Amino acid sequence: MRFLIRRLLQAVFVVFGVSIVAFGLTFLTGDPTEVILGAGADQMSVQQINEFRHQMGFDRPWYIQYADFLSKAIRGDFGYSFIRHQPAFDVITQRLPATIQLSAVALIISIVFSIPLGVISATKPHSPLDYAVTLIALVGQSVPSFWLGILLILFFGVYLHWLPISGSGTWQHFIMPSITLAAFSIARNMRLTRSSMLEVMQKDFVRTARGKGLSENRVIYNHVLRNSMLPIVTAIGLQMGFLLGGSVITETIFGWPGVGREIIAAIGSKDFYVVQTGVIMLALIFTGVNLMVDLLYGWIDPRIRYD
Amino acid sequence: MIEMAMPLPAKSQFFARLFRSKLALISAILLLAVTLVAIFAQQVTSNDPANLALLRRLKAPGYVDESGSYYILGTDTIGRDVYSRMVYGARISLVVGLSAVLLSGTVGIVLGLLSGYYGGRVDDAIMRIADIQLSFPTILLALAIMAVLGPGLDKIIIVLGLTGWVQYGRIVRGQVLSIKEEEFVTAARAIGQRDWRIILQHILPNIWSPVIVIASFSVASNIVSEASLSFLGVGVPPAIPSWGVMLAEGRQFIGVAEWLTIPPGIAISLTVLAINILGDWLRDFLDPRLKNIL
Repeated sequence: MRFLIRRLLQAVFVVFGVSIVAFGLTFLTGDPTEVILGAGADQMSVQQINEFRHQMGFDRPWYIQYADFLSKAIRGDFGYSFIRHQPAFDVITQRLPATIQLSAVALIISIVFSIPLGVISATKPHSPLDYAVTLIALVGQSVPSFWLGILLILFFGVYLHWLPISGSGTWQHFIMPSITLAAFSIARNMRLTRSSMLEVMQKDFVRTARGKGLSENRVIYNHVLRNSMLPIVTAIGLQMGFLLGGSVITETIFGWPGVGREIIAAIGSKDFYVVQTGVIMLALIFTGVNLMVDLLYGWIDPRIRYD
Repeated sequence: MIEMAMPLPAKSQFFARLFRSKLALISAILLLAVTLVAIFAQQVTSNDPANLALLRRLKAPGYVDESGSYYILGTDTIGRDVYSRMVYGARISLVVGLSAVLLSGTVGIVLGLLSGYYGGRVDDAIMRIADIQLSFPTILLALAIMAVLGPGLDKIIIVLGLTGWVQYGRIVRGQVLSIKEEEFVTAARAIGQRDWRIILQHILPNIWSPVIVIASFSVASNIVSEASLSFLGVGVPPAIPSWGVMLAEGRQFIGVAEWLTIPPGIAISLTVLAINILGDWLRDFLDPRLKNIL
C-alpha cells in the first residue's frame, strides 16, 4: 500500500513536471507571442502584435500565465489551432486512436518475435542460429527507423507492389509501419531475453530442476523463462516511450493519420498549440504506461515494494 | 547494480584484445576511416558539395559533365554532387555525435556526483528532474524544443546534449553511492580533505568505466537522433549536408533516384553499427558486469 501511494505521488509530480516543461516551451525564445504567431508576425505591425500579445495575456507575469495554462488544461482547454480552426485538444484526440493502434500492433509484433527468438538463441548459445539472431539484433538496433521505412517502401511498395506505401484503412496498411516502428524494440528485446535467460540458467534452482529429471522443455519454460521475464517486462514498459516517440517518424514516412504526423505537420505550419498538446498527450500516455508497468511489476515481484 | 568500482584494465591489453575480436577490429577500422574522411573532406572530394546546377539535376551515378567533373554517386535534386555531400555529411554526424556526448556527459557526471555525494535534498531535486525528463520520449522532447528554436547545428548539439544527461547522471549517482562507503573515502574525510578534493581525487577516477561505455553508445544514438530530427526538418538547416537531410530530400524520389536514399542510409547504418559493436566490446573489456545495467 505504501509502495502504491508513493508511486502514485511520483506520477502526479511527473505530470506536474510535464506541464511545466510543456508550458516552458513557449518561453524558449523569450517571447511566447513570437512562437504563437510564427511567420505571421512578419506581416503584422508592431501595434497589431502588441494587441495580440495583450489579447492572449502574454504581457502578464509568467507565473500568472502558468496558473492560467494549468487551470485551462485541467478543463481540457489546450489552446486553439489557427490552422485547423478547432481546439488543439480535439485535433490531437482525433488522431490519438490511430497512434495507439499502431503502437499496440508494433508492441505485439515486438513481443511475438523477440521473445521466442531470444529463447531459441539462449538455449543454443554459440550455434549458427544464435549468431544469426545476435547479428540481426545488432543490425536492428543500428538501422535508423526512417531508413528502414524507406527501404521497405522501396522493395515491398515500389518494386514488388505487394503493400500500400501510404495511408491507413486495411490490415495491409499496418504491416510496414508497424514493422518499422517495432524494429528497434524487437532487436533490443531479443538481446535482453537472451542475456537474461543465460543468466538465470546458471542459477542453482535450474540445476536442481534438471537434477530432478524434469524434461528440458519444462526447465526452460517453467523455470528459466518465467524468472527471466522481469527485466523484459520493465524494458517493454520503457519501450512504449520509443514507440510513441518513434510514431513521429514512422507516421510521417507512411502517411499514417496519427498524432506523430499531426505534430510534424503542425511544426511545418507553425501551429504551436497543436505541437504542445501532442507532446503533452504522448508524455501523459507514456507516464501512465510506466505507472501501470511499475504497479504490475510490484505485483509480480513483491520484493520491489520494500526497497 | 555494481557493488564496487573496478580500476581500468591495463592499456597494454587494450590493443591485444581489440585485435583478437575481429568484429570489433573491423568496426574500429571503419570508424577510423569515417573519421579520416570527415577530417580530410576537402582532400577526398573534387566537387563543392554546395555547388548546384539545375541542368545536371538527378543524374545517375557515374555521370560526367561537360567540364569533365565526375559524379561517382550521381547528383541530387538540384544538381549537387551526392558523393561530396556524403563526405561532408560525415563531418556533421561526427561533430554532432561527439559534441553532444561531451556536453551531456559533463552535465550528467557533475549532477550525478552532486546527487550521489551530498544525497538529501540535492539528490531529491536532481533525481526528480531526471524523472520528469524521462517521462518524455527523448526524441519527442528534442523535437518540441527544436520546433520552437528552429533548425541549427549549434542548437541541435545543445538540445541533444542537455536532453541526454539523465543516463550518465543515474549511473554516476549509483557508483558514487557505493564508492562513498569505501574506506579510502572515509579516510580522506577523516584527515579533513575538502569535499571537492574527495570527489575529484578519490571518487571521479573510479567511475569511468560505465561512463565510457554510455558515452560510446550515446555517440551512436546522437547520430541517429540528429539524422532523425534533420529528416523531420527540425535538425540542421537544409543547406548543410547532413545524412538525415539527404534522406529527407531523397525520400521524395523513391523509385526514381535510389542513389539519393541508399548511400546516406548505408552510411548512417554502418557508422552506428560499428559504434554499437565497439561499445559492446568496450563494455565487456572494461567491466563485464556492466552487461546487466547497460
